Amino acid sequence: MKFDDEPIPGYSLPILPGHYSPGRLERVLRAGCFAVTTEIDPPDSADPAEVLKRAAIFDGYVDAINATDGSGANCHMSSVGVCSLLTRVGYATILQISCRDRNRIAIQGEILGAAAMGACNILCLTGDGVQAGDHPGAKPVFDLDSMSLLEIARTMRDESRFQSGRKLDLPPRVFLGAAENPFVPPLDFRPHRLAKKVAAGAQFIQTQYCFDIDLLRNFMRKVSDLGLLEGPDRVFILVGVGPLASARAARWIRANVPGVHIPDAIIERIEGAQNQKAEGVAVCKDLIHQIRQIPGVSGVHVMAYRQEHTVAEIIEQTGVLAGRVPWYPGRDNPEELNPESPDALQEETL
Amino acid sequence: MYSVRRWAVRHARLMERTYNVFEPLFTRLDPLWRRLGYGRLEKPVAAVERGLKGWLFDCRMCGQCALSSTGMACPMNCPKNLRNGPCGGVRANGHCEVKPDMKCVWVEAWEGSQRMTEQGGARIHQVQPPVDFQFQNTSSWLRVSRQKRQERLIARSGHTPGQSHGEPSA
Repeated sequence: MKFDDEPIPGYSLPILPGHYSPGRLERVLRAGCFAVTTEIDPPDSADPAEVLKRAAIFDGYVDAINATDGSGANCHMSSVGVCSLLTRVGYATILQISCRDRNRIAIQGEILGAAAMGACNILCLTGDGVQAGDHPGAKPVFDLDSMSLLEIARTMRDESRFQSGRKLDLPPRVFLGAAENPFVPPLDFRPHRLAKKVAAGAQFIQTQYCFDIDLLRNFMRKVSDLGLLEGPDRVFILVGVGPLASARAARWIRANVPGVHIPDAIIERIEGAQNQKAEGVAVCKDLIHQIRQIPGVSGVHVMAYRQEHTVAEIIEQTGVLAGRVPWYPGRDNPEELNPESPDALQEETL
Repeated sequence: MYSVRRWAVRHARLMERTYNVFEPLFTRLDPLWRRLGYGRLEKPVAAVERGLKGWLFDCRMCGQCALSSTGMACPMNCPKNLRNGPCGGVRANGHCEVKPDMKCVWVEAWEGSQRMTEQGGARIHQVQPPVDFQFQNTSSWLRVSRQKRQERLIARSGHTPGQSHGEPSA
């Protein structure tokens, strides 16, 4: 899919009628395409080249890149920093904002700053507890929760004011997202909680890792029954997937990463394979095939932490893009190449 | 106390009924509260509220009680202070991500809401605004009483009155 009005990288797309953001992700979703998003591993560094290098791995395979905000309560380069670097060369980003580290004053300022830097998708998160990360002694802020963050961001966009009521001169044009985890208790409440998030302003959802298709199917049925997938205020659901590196890694994740549900059958399948890494990728591809068949699913969010190079293969071989090549710097004009992409570096050495 | 608070959630229906009797009684005493002075009552009433609700629900005195919208499980006991539902980190056994020995406040809240009346139980689906920290440690009961009075005034006069002296003075 090519947009006729593709801007110079770093500038925004025009906002189409009925759209909220000047970004590609909203366009792809509203056009009914099966979308693919992924997340970048933010560096523990102040090096901008490192960010561009890590983004280039996904060139041509993803519609938007999530910039995590201290994921797992670990310290890394900030999500606004990562998004600013990426949007400068034209990438579509999804800015993650967690309520764990900042209060409403900081968060609202950040939304304006990020929107000004061209970040036009925001994922509103509560955030992992500080006990999960590398600074367990930090003060957990949680001034807002993901729901009130959504509502505040929507108010800023649609009513052009801060939570305090003070007017904004120019509202942030953002497409608002939230997370959901259909795989952990209270399972009955999860679809209703999603409805609540949609009522608070969520327009797209990225779920936690899915390794249990039956639970997802049930969840999607209930979400559909609640009428959340229809009408102009419908929500687009991107299901989280990712390759497991080995059975041992899977067990570790299950025990240590909050909220990841991995059935025994999946772990046993990987354990029984000669090449566990390859089997992890194969499981991921199988899951994507099954997820794609579930009515109402709008795409996948591939989280391949420390296995980012597998994303291209997974997307290529599952064929979910149906021949589409998502925009990347240099796709239409080789002069616009990401300066850190392998192609650009090759040209330099010639 | 953890065991008492879990008992309260198991008896969410009874708690709801009790509150539904108590609230109109308390708010109808508004003329008396005004005579005594809401400001002067703040400390003693907040102390009673803290004692009673602290014992029953492990109330944290946020000053804007959400118990009847959260299945009688106080959301301020959630380590993330979530007021709109569980986070994505709930353990498979329904326990808290941060405090593994504690049952998730929102698993409790959902169960409690299912025990309440249809009308009361449905309130868990409403989006709650963020906590206003100016009201922390103040009485939620007196706040509700002042709010009800304002609602009555509005209903009677048919228009919004100006800043009333009944507004919380935090």
